[in-house]
Amino acid sequence: MSEGLNIVVPIKQVPETTEVQFDEETGRLIREGVAAIINPFDEYAIEEALSIKEKLGGVVKAITMGPPWAADALRDAIAMGADEGWLATDRAFAGADTWATSLTLARCIERMGGYDLVICGLKTTDGDTGQTGPEMAEHLDIPHVCYVNEITEIGDGRVVLKRNMDEGIETLEASLPLLITVGKDINQPRLATLRGRLKAKKAEIKEITNNDLKMNPKEIGLDGSFTRVVKLFEPETHEAGEVVEGTPDELAEAILAKLQECKVI
Amino acid sequence: MGEVPVKITDACTGCGVCVDVCPFGAIDTVNGKAVINEACRACGQCVDVCPVGAIEMSEAEAVDLSDYRGVMMYAEQRGGRVHPVSYELLGKAQELAAALSEPVYAVIVGSGVGAGAEELVNRGADKVFLYDDPALAEFRDDPYTDLLAQCCRDEKPSIFLIGATSLGRSLGPRVSAKLHTGLTADCTYLDIDPETRLLRQTRPAYGGNIMATIVTPNSRPQMATVRYKMFTEAAKVDNPKGSVVEKPIDLSNVRDRVKVLGFDEAKEQVSISEADLIVSGGLGMGDPEGFGLIGELAETLGAAVGASRPTVDEGWIDYRHQVGLSGRTVRPQVYMACGISGAVQHQAGMKTSDVIIAVNKDPEAPIFKISSLGVVGDLYEVIPRLIEKIKEHR
Ligand SMILES: Cc1cc2nc3c(=O)[nH]c(=O)nc-3n(C[C@H](O)[C@H](O)[C@H](O)COP(=O)(O)OP(=O)(O)OC[C@H]3O[C@@H](n4cnc5c(N)ncnc54)[C@H](O)[C@@H]3O)c2cc1C
Ligand SMILES: Nc1ncnc2c1ncn2[C@@H]1O[C@H](COP(=O)(O)O)[C@@H](O)[C@H]1O
Repeated sequence: MSEGLNIVVPIKQVPETTEVQFDEETGRLIREGVAAIINPFDEYAIEEALSIKEKLGGVVKAITMGPPWAADALRDAIAMGADEGWLATDRAFAGADTWATSLTLARCIERMGGYDLVICGLKTTDGDTGQTGPEMAEHLDIPHVCYVNEITEIGDGRVVLKRNMDEGIETLEASLPLLITVGKDINQPRLATLRGRLKAKKAEIKEITNNDLKMNPKEIGLDGSFTRVVKLFEPETHEAGEVVEGTPDELAEAILAKLQECKVI
Repeated sequence: MGEVPVKITDACTGCGVCVDVCPFGAIDTVNGKAVINEACRACGQCVDVCPVGAIEMSEAEAVDLSDYRGVMMYAEQRGGRVHPVSYELLGKAQELAAALSEPVYAVIVGSGVGAGAEELVNRGADKVFLYDDPALAEFRDDPYTDLLAQCCRDEKPSIFLIGATSLGRSLGPRVSAKLHTGLTADCTYLDIDPETRLLRQTRPAYGGNIMATIVTPNSRPQMATVRYKMFTEAAKVDNPKGSVVEKPIDLSNVRDRVKVLGFDEAKEQVSISEADLIVSGGLGMGDPEGFGLIGELAETLGAAVGASRPTVDEGWIDYRHQVGLSGRTVRPQVYMACGISGAVQHQAGMKTSDVIIAVNKDPEAPIFKISSLGVVGDLYEVIPRLIEKIKEHR
């Protein structure tokens, strides 16, 4: 694999705060007026792509589907070291759930030239599903591995990697092309350099609309989404029990009494 | 991907107009006739330009929703041991099925998992679909996806539930993408809308600040991954009437592209998800040594050790101990929070515990709002005395 790897990193721009506002009617996030950042998990995906490129050569392409201003996230990725930024933006893509998002992204990736490896974040801090990656892999008809925390070998069309499952760490072998999702335990993302920022400022962002993709309108955006948000509400609060103060000894006594009441000692 | 829905009839003259217009290069001319290849995306442009009307596109078959009946759940297992989340799903599936007057199905995939299938019958499943083959011993996304998708196509359940474990959250999206249906992640509450008979899927959204209820109106099955420790396990029933249905397996028909080379089981003896007693430490401990004291109390009580997220981020303790929105959900008899403020994201993982005891210096700490017993004090003063008292008590 002398020409190196063609790596695609799908990233998403998310609101910076977790104090979100939403439209009661449509159940969609109001993004206007909230500072936007790259989804934190996606920075680990970019870092992993860059470090593979440093080892094997190749090209790192960031892609996002979002409003025109999501181009900022792509520039941030380029500032970190990504070679290309691709923006899938079209009114028709709006309101997509993970199904429609992953299908649109898959069609974009197929148009962006070949790909060997797609690296997604574990999940986003707004959508928070972790579904987009594996769904995209199915649409691309390539295998996927979630929660990768280490790539131990990569080259010659083959990868050995470890993933973090609930019960322990699994070691897997796969051939390329492959899609993986990565979390915070895989690396330490680099900061953008000044040179990177200058390059990012001037970089051309390549736009993709549905004029390019020619997807059936029934497959994209809100119309292409199988799920509908029907209600949003505050999480229920719980009734408080008693709150006690006193000397450390009295307090320890109170806890002991509660534990006995619960019959755990 | 499914079959190409575009067909070229005998009327084709081989003029090549469609070949030029196709944006995907999905049409070739073979022996003077146009032929569609697998690059086809069914955009329909060829249909519009064909001068002789020789190209037909079958409308995406409208799914007849009434064909779909039954609440199916996936019984996750490792090494033949059925994951307890599966019994919780089965319990919930029974409730939902009762509301719909539909049957309850389970599906289990693995090697030598017949006993697990029987157990699901004993706990009230009407039918358990069993895919049992030595080649399926280890979980791999590819073959498991293909078999579950096959099972849904054969049995047409209206609802399909999967545990939101690491395994389920990798498998679920893949199955839903294959089946062309919606999937709601990480649900914490499920019920049936009595009017529409749709599954209402409720989950925390936007960092746990808000709850969202989601429906899947126009595709089937309605799929959800469901958080562990949210629902009550299905109990054994008196006269189990269900049966195990062995499904034929054609391995040449399933994909298998990722090989498992090894598995390192996590070292911790006690998994917090299963523990009846949990003692958790937060940033209020001040430094990593705090977990020494928490560990001592836990050992005295026979409890598992939990942690808030920042202590994990700081590297004081392994991620497997993290309780909360981005960690594990726990539902012990007693949850003891020491030096934890009780942010909504932490609460999201522990508030269904039977009894919550909190030790915090700050009388205004939010954790006290959900505690059965709130203790205002310094954990370094209170906990050593508590350990002594427990030992004396014995
Ligand atoms: C998207 C998202 C997901 C998140 N997921 C999780 C999650 O899964 N789990 C999680 O825990 N958090 C999660 N968080 C973080 C969460 O918002 C809080 O920041 C975190 O829970 C706070 O941890 P803490 O209570 O240990 O620390 P702090 O909030 O700093 O609280 C420390 C507490 O200790 C008390 N204290 C200090 N000294 C003592 C002493 N000597 N004795 C007794 N008490 C003392 C203080 O009064 C204070 O209340 C998430 C946040 C976001 C945005
Ligand atoms: N709109 C989007 N554009 C590009 N990538 C996305 C988008 N949404 C999600 N992703 C990718 O999918 C991952 C999981 O997202 P989610 O399913 O929303 O939790 C993210 O970390 C990104 O890598």
